[in-house]
Amino acid sequence: MNIIVCMKRTPDTATKIAVKDGQIDPACLDTWIINPYDEYAIEEALQLRDRAGEGKITLVSIGPPEAQETIRKGLAMGCDEAVHLVDDAFAGLDPLGAAKVLAAAIQKVGDFDLVYTGWKGVDEDHGQTGIYLAEFLGLPHVSMVVKIDDIGDGEARVEREVEGGHELVRTSLPAVFTAQKGENEPRYPTLRGIMGAKKKPFQTWSAADVGLDPAGLQPVQEILSVTLPPQRQAGRIVEGETVEEKARELARLLREEAKVI
Amino acid sequence: MNFMQFTEEQEMLREIAYDFARNEVRPLIKAYDRRAEFPQELLPKMAALGFLGVCIPMRYGGAGMDYVSLGILCEALEWADSSVRETIAVHVGLNGLPLFQWGNEAQKQKYLVPQSRGDKIACFGLTEPGAGSDVANLSTHARRAGDRYILNGEKMWITLADVADHFLIFAKTDPAARHRGISAFIVERGFSGVTTGTIHGKMGVRASNTGWIALQDAEVPAENRLGREGEGFKIAMSALDNARYTVAAGAVGVIKACLEESVQYANQRETFGQKIGEHQLVQQMIARMAQRRDAGELLVAKAGWLKNRGIRNTRETSMAKWYCTEAALASANDAVQIHGAYGYSDEYNVERYLRNAKSAVIYEGTTQIHELVQGAYALGYRQDKPLRCELPAYDRSYWQEEGEATLE
Ligand SMILES: Cc1cc2nc3c(=O)[nH]c(=O)nc-3n(C[C@H](O)[C@H](O)[C@H](O)COP(=O)(O)OP(=O)(O)OC[C@H]3O[C@@H](n4cnc5c(N)ncnc54)[C@H](O)[C@@H]3O)c2cc1C
Repeated sequence: MNIIVCMKRTPDTATKIAVKDGQIDPACLDTWIINPYDEYAIEEALQLRDRAGEGKITLVSIGPPEAQETIRKGLAMGCDEAVHLVDDAFAGLDPLGAAKVLAAAIQKVGDFDLVYTGWKGVDEDHGQTGIYLAEFLGLPHVSMVVKIDDIGDGEARVEREVEGGHELVRTSLPAVFTAQKGENEPRYPTLRGIMGAKKKPFQTWSAADVGLDPAGLQPVQEILSVTLPPQRQAGRIVEGETVEEKARELARLLREEAKVI
Repeated sequence: MNFMQFTEEQEMLREIAYDFARNEVRPLIKAYDRRAEFPQELLPKMAALGFLGVCIPMRYGGAGMDYVSLGILCEALEWADSSVRETIAVHVGLNGLPLFQWGNEAQKQKYLVPQSRGDKIACFGLTEPGAGSDVANLSTHARRAGDRYILNGEKMWITLADVADHFLIFAKTDPAARHRGISAFIVERGFSGVTTGTIHGKMGVRASNTGWIALQDAEVPAENRLGREGEGFKIAMSALDNARYTVAAGAVGVIKACLEESVQYANQRETFGQKIGEHQLVQQMIARMAQRRDAGELLVAKAGWLKNRGIRNTRETSMAKWYCTEAALASANDAVQIHGAYGYSDEYNVERYLRNAKSAVIYEGTTQIHELVQGAYALGYRQDKPLRCELPAYDRSYWQEEGEATLE
């Protein structure tokens, strides 16, 4: 069972986002993590490999040189190898471009049964990359996977999340799965895992290495501006002589001011 | 001095250790503290991650990290609760490292390997009902009888006494001598004549197990003597050089927790139409915490740096332990003050930090003992003599090599 997990580093979900000139201020991004949905994919992949008792997990990630440390955390968790895609042409990729780069890298890695990635990145919340990726690889795509029920000879049965419930699907392999939070919590890397991470194969590939022309990676969409949610207003205490009076006033405010009833 | 430049692995450890403290320790520790119960459920988790052998070479079951990493781990754990860090201080600092430093190969294979893997838990029995600071006055007695020693006496205030499988026990093989009459023994819980119990009613570190060990004609094989006869005092003091470092690092974690929680509260609570953080007297308490944190970090970093290089650090480690534990106690005291009545209640964490912090100015050398030590160094009354077995400098490739070490 050879699995390729596409992961990316995203700002820590605890980051206090600041906006400057209509874009996210890069100065506020100082702590980086593995995108949590990719981390679920890593955990599932580790369990699959360990259950199979053979095979390897290759991490594929696009990111600046500093992303190396985050990728290495994936190796510390137990993945076997990593491919880091670094190129000036990869800065500012949109999901379509990212999927092109990942697809080219995955084809170069070759020999896999499954491609696993998070269903979205917590940074820009597009939720597109996995879908494009399956298309470029010409593979079936199962989204929002929460559990692998059974996986075997060229076939897998997986549970995916649908609004209010679960759906059991069968698909041929290889396939592209995107992970949603399931039952398995991502493991902590062990200390031995941390110390061993630097000894694992780690390759750095450029656009040329995966046979891509930067001209074909131009974004087809552009972020025009970013705005923060409006500041929460201070609470208001509804005044009134009696409970009935207060309730009537509250109902009026909900209807006329908040317009929620 | 490679100034506070942490390696990628140390940074990753910091992240994981703090995640562990945040997600595994903090949610449950308050309840254990209230019940004064040892959180046994954490041990298998800590073992699985390699915490229980953090800086022990892989060939002896450890994770093969360095001494700086030991400090990072302790800071993160004590950021959640002192009692959890105490487990590392005792199991690794006061037992595992002395075995590594002074033990022969057979002792390391038999005891250090399972301890570093976390299959066995270990503690350190030096203090007695009648002897704490005055170690040379201890009265536990070890009499040689053929291929064994017979031990009699009682150890008191021993962390993990009721939890540990292995005890490092200090006893007099020559009762007439003071320091030079002490020897060290590796004692198993299962040896005949060994009983233990827990001390109840502690002010703080209630989620740590603290107890007594009674030795009544306890039979210990002669091969379980650690080091030579009469070397026990030196072994104990070198063990304290390691554990005091973990205590100092942990105390920095306490200061950080106090500072974070005080800042949060000071930005929330209002009096006289202002956030209390805007009152200058509150700012002063916060500023002092930040100062103590920064100074404490430097002292710990220096001690860790010296350890990694194999340079004797008894003075620097004592300085770090003395400063950081007093700084943590003062910070916890201020943190309670900033929280007002809420801080006095266990609804918040800071009262626990205060109760915990008081213990660390008592164990591993009271503040007064460290003042005497520092005074003696400064006045030139005290000098460190080389030890027969020094704690080796950290050597990455040796620490990382797997496999069986050859028997001596
Ligand atoms: C929570 C906890 C855990 C512990 N865990 C362990 C453990 O795992 N293993 C272990 O062996 N011990 C342990 N101890 C014991 C600890 O190391 C001793 O309590 C400590 O060494 C002090 O000894 P004492 O309590 O006998 O105090 P004493 O030595 O009786 O001191 C009493 C007071 O006199 C002061 N004093 C003593 N001598 C001098 C002097 N020469 N000049 C000035 N002042 C002096 C002291 O500073 C102190 O204020 C633990 C203690 C606690 C509280």
